[in-house]
Amino acid sequence: MARAAVLGRLTWRVATVAAVRDETSTARTLVLDVPGWPGHDAGQHVDVRLTAPDGYTAVRSYSIASVADGERIEITVEQVMDGEVSSYLAGVASVGDPLEVRGPIGGWFVWRAAQTEPVQLVAGGSGVVPLMAMVRARSAAGSGVPFRLLYSTRRPESVIYRDELQGRASDGLPLEYAYTRAAPDGWPRPPGRLDASLLAAATFPPADRPTCYVCGPTPFVETVADLLIAAGHDAGRVRTERFGGQ
Amino acid sequence: MTTLDGNTALDGNAAGGDLRTVFALDVTAATGQCAGCGNTGPLGSAQLYNRAPGLILRCPRCDAVLVRLVAAPGRTWLDVRGLTYLQFATEEDPG
Repeated sequence: MARAAVLGRLTWRVATVAAVRDETSTARTLVLDVPGWPGHDAGQHVDVRLTAPDGYTAVRSYSIASVADGERIEITVEQVMDGEVSSYLAGVASVGDPLEVRGPIGGWFVWRAAQTEPVQLVAGGSGVVPLMAMVRARSAAGSGVPFRLLYSTRRPESVIYRDELQGRASDGLPLEYAYTRAAPDGWPRPPGRLDASLLAAATFPPADRPTCYVCGPTPFVETVADLLIAAGHDAGRVRTERFGGQ
Repeated sequence: MTTLDGNTALDGNAAGGDLRTVFALDVTAATGQCAGCGNTGPLGSAQLYNRAPGLILRCPRCDAVLVRLVAAPGRTWLDVRGLTYLQFATEEDPG
């Protein structure tokens, strides 16, 4: 068995919250110091385990937002209604608090700098998190591979990483927003769901043979993946990551 | 893509952590063949049903059960009879 493929069994590590950053009124980024963290690829996730005083435990998966940086990782958590883990992470956890994490996890919904094909990213809501890791990883690696990002969000104020995305768009990242509930004044399209015509206008055509990464709530991912395949993208190059609203 | 009961399915990606408690390799990037319909693909693209005492991975084409993993205190059961094989990449990473 080749060295690179053998990872060993995964164990829980105790991380410490090193910093907290508000991204929107409901989402925030937690910067975690994880002793012994082995590094990760863009798109991978971590499992976070919370344990109550009575021993009850809850485990949730969160995408890693940051590029590999020693023993430090960042996750961005959107608070979901009645979410027993997200409520704590997005609202209560503070600097110095310990958290159990295990990872990195996943080898399929991943972008590596060795890839040479164009990359189409399609985000729904906080599904932008692992895609942001890919954008950051491309930049950190100095990769010249063409990337495009289509980001579907409810309204302008719910955009995560807004300032950074603005900067990256100014630096040449083709970035398109699709607003589903409320659009900025003067926006060319009325708010609404992503459809085939917007997808065709804002993404690489199938002839460019991009790898497509689609991340968001399950219904969003189902819709976008079906539209991409109907438009002529090879199903084998449409990689999806759904998240349930837990 | 279809799901068995509404929108409760996730991608196999999300099973990576639990599968790594029994496998020393990342299984989500491994290619599996469905014993039901012969479809092949990465387990990360299978459909994951995890709102249950264990987790179930189903074939994205025919919905057949590929993998069941159930953990109880001190014991774990793994059923992979829905797969005819799993293929892992074993080349050295060029990087």
